[in-house]
This record gives sequence, C-alpha cells and structure tokens, in this order.
Amino acid sequence: MASISKLNRHQARTAYLFISPTILLFVIFTVVPVVMAFYFSFTNYDVVKNRDWVNFDNYKRLLHDDLYWTTFKNVAYYTVIFVPLNILISLGIAMLLNFRRLGVRLFRTMNYMPTLTSAVAAATVWVWLLHPEYGLVNTLLGYAGITGPAWLAQTETAMLSIILVTLWQSIGSNMIIYIAGLQGVPDYLYESAKLDGANALQRFRYITWPQLRPTTFLVSTMSIIGALQLFDQAFVLTQGGPGNVTKTPVYLIYQQGFNQLQMGYASAQAFILALAILIFSIVNMRVNKSEESVV
Amino acid sequence: MSVKSAAAGAARASRPPAVSASASRVFWRIVFYVVSIAISVFMFLPFFWSLITSLKPSDEIFSMPIRWLPSRLTLEHYRAAFTTVPFGLYFWNSLMLAVAGVAANLFFGSLSGFAFAKLNFKLNKPLFRVLLAAMMIPGIVTMIPSFYVLKHFPFAGGNDWYGAGGNGFLNSFWGIILPGASGSFAVFFMRQFFLTLPSDMMEMARIEGAGEFRIFWNIYWPLTKPALATLGIFTFQAGWNSFLWPMIILNDPDKATIQMGLQAFSYNHQTDFGPMMAGALIAILPILLLFLALQKYFVQGIAFSGTKG
Repeated sequence: MASISKLNRHQARTAYLFISPTILLFVIFTVVPVVMAFYFSFTNYDVVKNRDWVNFDNYKRLLHDDLYWTTFKNVAYYTVIFVPLNILISLGIAMLLNFRRLGVRLFRTMNYMPTLTSAVAAATVWVWLLHPEYGLVNTLLGYAGITGPAWLAQTETAMLSIILVTLWQSIGSNMIIYIAGLQGVPDYLYESAKLDGANALQRFRYITWPQLRPTTFLVSTMSIIGALQLFDQAFVLTQGGPGNVTKTPVYLIYQQGFNQLQMGYASAQAFILALAILIFSIVNMRVNKSEESVV
Repeated sequence: MSVKSAAAGAARASRPPAVSASASRVFWRIVFYVVSIAISVFMFLPFFWSLITSLKPSDEIFSMPIRWLPSRLTLEHYRAAFTTVPFGLYFWNSLMLAVAGVAANLFFGSLSGFAFAKLNFKLNKPLFRVLLAAMMIPGIVTMIPSFYVLKHFPFAGGNDWYGAGGNGFLNSFWGIILPGASGSFAVFFMRQFFLTLPSDMMEMARIEGAGEFRIFWNIYWPLTKPALATLGIFTFQAGWNSFLWPMIILNDPDKATIQMGLQAFSYNHQTDFGPMMAGALIAILPILLLFLALQKYFVQGIAFSGTKG
C-alpha cells in the first residue's frame, strides 16, 4: 500500500509540474486580466498618469454615450442577419455535398478555401470586388441589367457588404462541421421514416434537424460570439463608415482604449459587451432547448 | 432553396416504384451538378479574380468592359508589393510569430493534455473545468488588462521588479507569443486525444522503471503525431491571420506582421489594386499551401471540434 501511495504522490508531483506552465500563463493572461478589467472599469486609467477610482462614472457616461449604443445597434443588426444565414447556407451546402458523387471532394475543397483567408486579406480582395465602377460584383450585376450600388460607401449597403464577406469566409468550416454531423445521423432513422411514408421535407423536419441540434447549437454559439466581436472586416472594408453605420463595439473599444487612451472607460464598454455576449448566448441556448421540447 | 429541393429530389428519386425512375434520377443528377458548380464557382471567384488582377498590366485593371483574361501576364505588381513596402520582412515576422506559437502550443498543450488525461492528481477535474469555462470569456474583456500586464511585466524591457520604468513586453514579439503560448484549446484538444490512447503502456513502462517525463516523451508523444499535425495547422492559421492584437502590441514598423502590412498598404494605396491583390494573395499563400499539403488533417480537426465541442 505504501508503495502505491508513493507512486500516486510521485504522479501528482509530475502532473503539477507538467501543467505548471499552462496554469501560470492562464493566471497571468486570463485570471489576472479579468479581475483587472473589472477594476479598471471603475477607474480613469489612461496609461500615462491617471489611475484613480471614479466609482460608477464610466458606467454612467456609457449610458448616455450615443455612439456606443449605435455600435451595439450595428452589431445587433449584423448578428441577426449573419447568424441565421450562416446556419442556413452552411447546412444547405453540407446536405448537398453530403451526397457521394463524383467531384464532391473538389466542390468541398472549393467551398472550404475562403475560410483559409485572413480577415484582412479577404477584406482587401473584396474591396476590389465591390468597387462601384470596376468591381466584379457590379459588372456581373450589370450583365443582368442591374446597376449595382457603391457597396462600401453607401449607408444602406455597407453592413450588407460586411455580412457578405464574413459569410463567404465562414461558410466553409461550418459546412465541414455540418457534414460531420450529418454523417453521424444513423441511417435506420431515415429507413424507418421512409417506411412510415415520410416525405423528404418531413424527414428533414423530424430527423435531420433535431439530430443536428448539438451541431447547430455549436455553430450558432460560435458565430454569435464571433459576430458580436466583429472587428477586422469592419476595420479594413469600411473603417467603420460611412457615418458610423459599420462601427462595432470592439472597434470603438479599440479606439477609445488605444487611440484616445481612455482605458478605464474602454474597460467599462468591454464589460457591457461581454454581458451582451453572455445574454445572447443564453438566449441562443434557450432557443435550442425549446426546439428540443417541440420535437 | 434550390439546395433543399435538390436534396429532397435526390431522396425522392431513390424511391423504387417510380415510373420514370431513371429519367428523374438523371434530372436530379443534373440539378445536383448545376447547383454545386454554381456555388463552388461563386466561392472560388474572388480567388480567381484577385489572381487575374494581380497578373494584369496596370492599364487593363481599369478597363471597361472588364477583361476576364489579361492580354499578357506580368509580375510587376508583385515586385511593387515587395518594394513599396517591406513585404518580405513582414512575411518573415509573421512566419516567426506563427511558428513560435505552434511550437509553444504543441509542447505545453500536450504536456498539460497528457497530465489531465493520464495522471491522477487531486485538482485534475476542477482545474480542467476552470480552463474550459474560461474559453467562454470573450477576448475583448482581457484585451486592455493584458496590455497592462505586458507593459508592466517585471524585469522585461527595462522594467524593474515592480514592473515600472520600461515598456515591458510592448513592441516585442514576446507580447504576442506569451499570452497565447498555451491556449486552453490546445490543452483541451490534446487531452481528448490522450484519452483515446490506452493506459496500460504507462503501467508497463513504470514497471520497467521509466520516469514520468520519459513515459510522456518516449512513449506517448510519438503516438500523437496526427493530433499534433491538426493542432499545429490550426494554431499556425490563427497566428498567421491574427490582426488586432499584433496591431496593439507592435508599434515598430520593422516588427509589423503581414496582416498589418497588408492593411496599411491597402489603406494608403487605395487605388493600387494590382499590388493590393498581389499582397493579399501572398498573405493567403502559406495557409493555402499548408491546406493543400495536409488537407486530411484540416478536415479531421474541424470535424473534431464539431462532434466533441
């Protein structure tokens, strides 16, 4: 017995040694920053000289900060359109390319390629594609007799352009996730549904969709969290313009914190954004749960 | 919608007692290919168009109507991209950062993943749960304080032990490498993989008198090659493509990453679409090559995060 407990002690010592770099980095770059972010949000920290406690001043100021709420409205608009489209299109393409047919692998590869691009490179390419006069998009629309808008320069289409670009970039990996999910749905469910005379739509409604619920939950959660923290594409495509319609909370926090050095105030903004992300995630969880009880 | 009807149609076509079964099968096969090709072409078009633009002579870029194929191919835009800004240097910086991130994550991630999967210790479950839960914290919350921590890191960049006096890890590659050196995802991913490996090899090695680190290093680590490949690819992609954090940490133009260089270039040279497209393609190229060489691991990795996540 003594030797077993000795072995266990030795094992535990080794284990703590093995995890110590990870835990150390985790404490320094996650635990400490979270606590500090909370503290900063009650101070007027500005990097240069101030770091005084200011109670709820930052939060009070935030309530009346129209620009801050505009960025929230922008990103909410973005999320509400982007997330459902992302799920719908990814699932649609996954169902299409789940067939075993000649060339399917090539199609999957072509659909996956955009997810390899960085946000900056993708945005750069799309700035050119969406060029009002010489861009490919408006040229193609021109073939159909439509005069395309100045995508990135008009208030009505700027956010739609960002949605288009981010969809282009994110569909591929979600498609792969959905294909993996589809392949996990047991065949006998479809067989028995066919015997019961269920048509294709009913089979989708009562087998595919509920069986993919965990996958959909994953995809929607990840895209909501990503969508509410949109930055790169907005920064490169439109610089937040025109007239702030594509300015996002992260963009504003970045400017407030690192351009204007109002880090205390920016921390308060970041906390409220995190709260919003939490709320959206919970709502999403509820929606997915209710789906379960219906089926 | 056509996607759904194609799926529905293909399923319907496979039902046995249809009168014109083979005719409708051919019909749906055609629908399948038309829709698939249309979608794939749309997804691929931006690559094609940026490539064509980057190889066109300048005067043909702005031609009306557009020229689908250039009259001659030229590399002048690539030359311009490398000479107007130090794109080669940016490329090198990004490569160093991405490779360092991969090396650190593979090593620390599998070390911790091994401990969490194979070793008994009291805090195993609680610590792992905390790491997992922390993955839900949005990055924006820790952005400003992480900057503060790096700036006031003791003994770094001219700082004293109290973290004052210098600029810490600001404007240094460490400011990028350290915060991401052992990501929670790497630990989680490697733990899941180690769980699938049998434990009796460990017992055997212990009886033979091997130390724990040797068990890890000589017996288990070589078995994790597929997982390491997958994790390495994703870590590389994340490091190579990251933009906001390097932009915050690195002020020195000589330390800029390729994403920062590309952004600055497209911001300052808004009408130079030839070099812009050349730059964008150069920024995409390493990941694209990695993907073409190791496609299998990419797909496995995403499927993993989809089924276990």
